[in-house]
Amino acid sequence: MKALVSRVVTFCFGLSMFVALPALAQQAAPDALIKHVTEDVLVVVRADRDIQSGNTKKAIDLVETKVLPHFNFQRMTSLAVGRDWSKATPEQKKRLSDEFRTLLVRTYSNALTAYRNQTVAYKPLKFTDADTDVVVKTEILQPGNKPVQLDYALEKQADGWKVYDVIVGGISLVTNYRDTFRQEVSAAGIDGLIQMLVTKNRQLEAGKSADKK
Amino acid sequence: MKKQTAQRLRRIVPLIALAVLARGAMAADNPKDPFEGFNRAMFQVNEGIDVVVKPVAKGYDEVAPLPVKAVVGNFFGNLYDAWTAVNNLLQGKPGDAASDAGRVLVNTVVGIGGAFDIASEMGLTKHSEDFGQTLAVWGVGDGPYFYWPIIGPRTTRDTAGWAVDSWADPVWGLDEVPVRNSLVAVRFIDTRAALLPSDKVVEEAAFDKYNYIRDAYLQHRHSAIRDGAREKDDLTN
Repeated sequence: MKALVSRVVTFCFGLSMFVALPALAQQAAPDALIKHVTEDVLVVVRADRDIQSGNTKKAIDLVETKVLPHFNFQRMTSLAVGRDWSKATPEQKKRLSDEFRTLLVRTYSNALTAYRNQTVAYKPLKFTDADTDVVVKTEILQPGNKPVQLDYALEKQADGWKVYDVIVGGISLVTNYRDTFRQEVSAAGIDGLIQMLVTKNRQLEAGKSADKK
Repeated sequence: MKKQTAQRLRRIVPLIALAVLARGAMAADNPKDPFEGFNRAMFQVNEGIDVVVKPVAKGYDEVAPLPVKAVVGNFFGNLYDAWTAVNNLLQGKPGDAASDAGRVLVNTVVGIGGAFDIASEMGLTKHSEDFGQTLAVWGVGDGPYFYWPIIGPRTTRDTAGWAVDSWADPVWGLDEVPVRNSLVAVRFIDTRAALLPSDKVVEEAAFDKYNYIRDAYLQHRHSAIRDGAREKDDLTN
């Protein structure tokens, strides 16, 4: 009887570990999270000739499953839109975020298809438990080329750290749109900006078969 | 060859500028880019030049094996490290300057004339400083943005910086003209080849390639001037 109880207890304990593990992973330190996700993605890319030869569709699938859960697109979109964000209705915000997300995922995926044989160096991050906003710095190393800085800005949320900006060589993939978006909003309003994003995404989607140059 | 190009440019540039002015003052609603009309014309010129340059860079990228490309990149990188050391000194960063000078010494002697980047493996971080960044540290502002033929985007300050960089460039200073020209050409193609992977990313990410490159260039420069530290108002508009 005792043996049975202890076996049940062990079993329950083991089960709870399995259930608890994903939750633990979500609460991982931001630098550990970036490293984990990056290595996860690179393992796939290194083994996938299609992605390396420019198959954006496959890269997008990879990004959707591995990377997206750790991104906060609403925040990203608000940063890209800037001041005009407060003028948008909740519904417009939703549409803007959805379209911007599609565009950013494609950009990020295209960058993945450019992968050759670079390695990534992870800079140690100094942060305390009180921090809710950090920048994790990494460096892309390639023989003969200058190292490229690749930084991720993350904020702490109830369900873990979320990336809200990606900065390549000092260039934020998010705020780089700010002037363009502001011009469009002042010319055609928030709806004009939504339309601009929709059109762009449609063009990219339509050109998908043609872009294997 | 440099003189000829310069002469030709001297003749072409006013012509294009005139043509642009004749079209009437173009929308100058971006305070960072008051000469947008001229710049867009130059951008088109460079896109035209790139039609020829890009296939050459692609060919080089495909034909040359990785070790060869690494040696080429390391060689020019080592020449440049010396100038980075000078600029770090001018910017009041003697520690970085010493590290850069150490890199040149190690890579030239142990790395066989700069062919191998031994210093990086030893942990001497590669920096990248130019005279434009030095001027910025000294307090010189960006000035209007320009897009030049061949050399591409530069702020006014960085155009002046580029002139000083070229003057200090050991490759341009070579007396042996054929050697000099070959080295300049190889470096140009090597630089272009390094940019190949970003072509598609920019092409698809940009609503307007000219705007995207301008804004990216300005962000990149501001970050380089601060050695990668983040600007406070980066995120708050």
